[in-house]
Amino acid sequence: MDTGHIDKMGKKMGMWFFLFTEILFFGGMFLLYSIYRFKYSQDFHSGAAEENIILGTINTVILLTSSLTIALSIAAVKKGKNVPSSLLQLATIFMGVAFLVIKYFEWTAKINLGIYPDSPVLLKLAKGEIIFFGLYYVMTGLHGLHVLIGVVVISFMLYFTRRETINRENYARLENTGLYWHFVDIVWIYLYPLFYLIT
Amino acid sequence: MKEKYAENHAVATGTYTAVWLALLLLLAGTIALAKLRLLAQFSVLGSLLIASAKAGLVLAFFMHLKYEGRFLKVMLTVAIAALTVLIGLTFVDVWLR
Amino acid sequence: MTLRNETAVTAGFYERTGKYRWLIAEWMMSTDHKRIGVMYLMALLSFFSVGVVLGFMIRLSLLSPGWLMGQQTYNEFFTLHGVIQIFLFIIPGIPVAFGNIFLPILIGAQDVAFPRINRLSWWLYVTGAILILLSVFIKGRPPDTGWTFYAPYSIQTPANISIAVMGVFVLGFSSILTGLNFVTTIHRMRAPGMGWFRMPAFPWTLYATGWVQMLATPVLAITLLFIFLGRFFGVGFFDPTKGGDPILYEHLFWMYSHPAVYIMVLPAMGIISEIIPVFSRRALFGYAAVCMSALGIAVVGYAVWGHHMFTSGMSDTARVIFSFVSFLVAVPSGVKIFNWVSTLYKGSIEVDAPLLFALSFIFLFSIGGLTGLIIGSLAPNLHLHGTYFIVGHFHYVMFGGAGFSIIAGLHYWFPKITGRMYSERFAKIGWLNLFVGFNILYFSMFILGFQGMPRRYFDYPPEYHTNHVISTMGSWLLAIGLIIIFANLIRSIFKGEKAPANPWGGKTLEWTIPSPPANENFREIPVITRGPYPYEEEAR
Repeated sequence: MDTGHIDKMGKKMGMWFFLFTEILFFGGMFLLYSIYRFKYSQDFHSGAAEENIILGTINTVILLTSSLTIALSIAAVKKGKNVPSSLLQLATIFMGVAFLVIKYFEWTAKINLGIYPDSPVLLKLAKGEIIFFGLYYVMTGLHGLHVLIGVVVISFMLYFTRRETINRENYARLENTGLYWHFVDIVWIYLYPLFYLIT
Repeated sequence: MKEKYAENHAVATGTYTAVWLALLLLLAGTIALAKLRLLAQFSVLGSLLIASAKAGLVLAFFMHLKYEGRFLKVMLTVAIAALTVLIGLTFVDVWLR
Repeated sequence: MTLRNETAVTAGFYERTGKYRWLIAEWMMSTDHKRIGVMYLMALLSFFSVGVVLGFMIRLSLLSPGWLMGQQTYNEFFTLHGVIQIFLFIIPGIPVAFGNIFLPILIGAQDVAFPRINRLSWWLYVTGAILILLSVFIKGRPPDTGWTFYAPYSIQTPANISIAVMGVFVLGFSSILTGLNFVTTIHRMRAPGMGWFRMPAFPWTLYATGWVQMLATPVLAITLLFIFLGRFFGVGFFDPTKGGDPILYEHLFWMYSHPAVYIMVLPAMGIISEIIPVFSRRALFGYAAVCMSALGIAVVGYAVWGHHMFTSGMSDTARVIFSFVSFLVAVPSGVKIFNWVSTLYKGSIEVDAPLLFALSFIFLFSIGGLTGLIIGSLAPNLHLHGTYFIVGHFHYVMFGGAGFSIIAGLHYWFPKITGRMYSERFAKIGWLNLFVGFNILYFSMFILGFQGMPRRYFDYPPEYHTNHVISTMGSWLLAIGLIIIFANLIRSIFKGEKAPANPWGGKTLEWTIPSPPANENFREIPVITRGPYPYEEEAR
């Protein structure tokens, strides 16, 4: 069944379709957030006040910059410049890891305060705050998992770029990886105000 | 079959950098909006609008959507519309109970 | 026995490729859409049989209140019956079996857009199936929540919910990938000259279904994840003591599960649209409208999910809106029914088994659809929700509709898939038993429901006894019918007369290639110069 010719547009289409499914996947969580925010607006304000806005903002800058670097890395490969592309991909990976490290610190800070799902401390808080922190862990947790997967995939792309199996003729994989990474960035673009800024 | 070779549009490095700066500016704007408690009632709406502007820039330029064919743009709208219907009809329940 | 019967059927794509030492490896590692489709078909029909046996036992136990099963066992039986029939049979159903085998052929392609992702879908299906079966057999109780897994009970019950829910999650991912694959295939791989409105109706329904699979299933995925997180980490989004709202679970669950019924029925309607023109020798009436109505059903069906929740405590405004939109979705469905009947009108009708089952579909699905309008109306719903009326309704649309369509497709495409003909006589005998048994079994449920018999109850007061007995006897006749039908098909695989490339005189592309097809679908990609149903042109 070897047709020989690769359908680049088809592969890109497939990736976009996958991202649509991710929109609906995260969308279910945003739905819960919006309903509960409407129901418990005061408690959500109090909950968000506990968030570390500095760390959240740094993470936002990190992800936005990582989107830039991966976009530039694709542009570089299209011009046949594999070495700059590899460096840019490496920078993206580094920023993804930095994001996760900061997230780790945020989570442990909360856990040390006794705020985690089903904890005795959490259950004593107001109902809306229980929901808020539940949503915080689930949404940032799933987002973080997607960042981690992205870091792993970009690492593979870096390997292929170094071996030049990704090159100016054959870069669909890298482009699709970029699409995925940008999507992960966009999810965070929405998570950030909803969890850090609504005080 | 017509094929749209969007790959022919090479986005300049300068454009990417400009988009990135715009994103950082919008980030500053959304923080200002929150910190200064401007338009208190509409702060959530305002934050979401700014977030959508950022998302739009990422979609259009980083994800190349501006240069893609009409079909992808339409289907993205469909996906977002679907989510909007889901959230909207749920709100019609919860809000008006 | 003529010499023809003794001629061996050409092996076609079943022939050993020699790439692997073990036959099972050759099939499990295959990326050939035809092999993947056949494996899916075998799995689906096996799970269907298990589901039928479970249903048979449920009906048996309802002969007399509580005589065969206690309450807990009964709950586990109807849960497993629902989970197997819905998630392992009818949702994957037509797309993964007939869609996989025939979509590329129908559009003149050599395979789907992403063959390796297709194989991944198959592996995920097997994994999901294993997880669900494990939930029944490992230590602890089989799931007892109903296939709907409503919170908070699904979060509190000690039964093996987490692993079952994981299985469904994996199956959902398999479904998403199949939908993604088919939509891309239809966009990118149609043969030269096959514009959208030269594509047969069945691929159109697979296209609409693919979008629903992609845009609805992820909502189920996140909902199931919430159950899992609730059970393992105490995340209480649906627990009132933790600020949660159980009705939100229902919203999220039905946001997928209503569109899911269109995943079940749209491809089924596609098969009917293929069969009717062939057996009436007429072009599909209103072909363009039939194709667009598939998209219409998919779109409108996205906004009706609340009609499963009319008695759960939603706002009046929400209920009115959901009821209204539920009525709207009957319109594109009606377009299809009217156009099929119009196709038959003044046609040269050949009542072979495929058409017999297709006609049954029209009749049974119409009953199901009309009763759907009854329960889609708010006032009757208050009385009929949670009763046997609902059970009757969904069995008419799912079994009488999609189920009969699968059997129709099995007979229609049997020669192409196996290279042999089945016995028409036994197919018709089987049909008669199945059709009569089906109506006795399920029509009595409408009456039971009207009388107030609740669903999912293992026992009942004496006034319901007669109708329960009638219903159960219907299930026996239905079972006999199914046995005859499947025995006929299985026997015919080995003993059936060799089938020609085009036994029915069909005009779509699968009838231009050998029965069964070779490894490579087309020696030369066809160039399409006409619409899919040129019966009238050729009659002139």
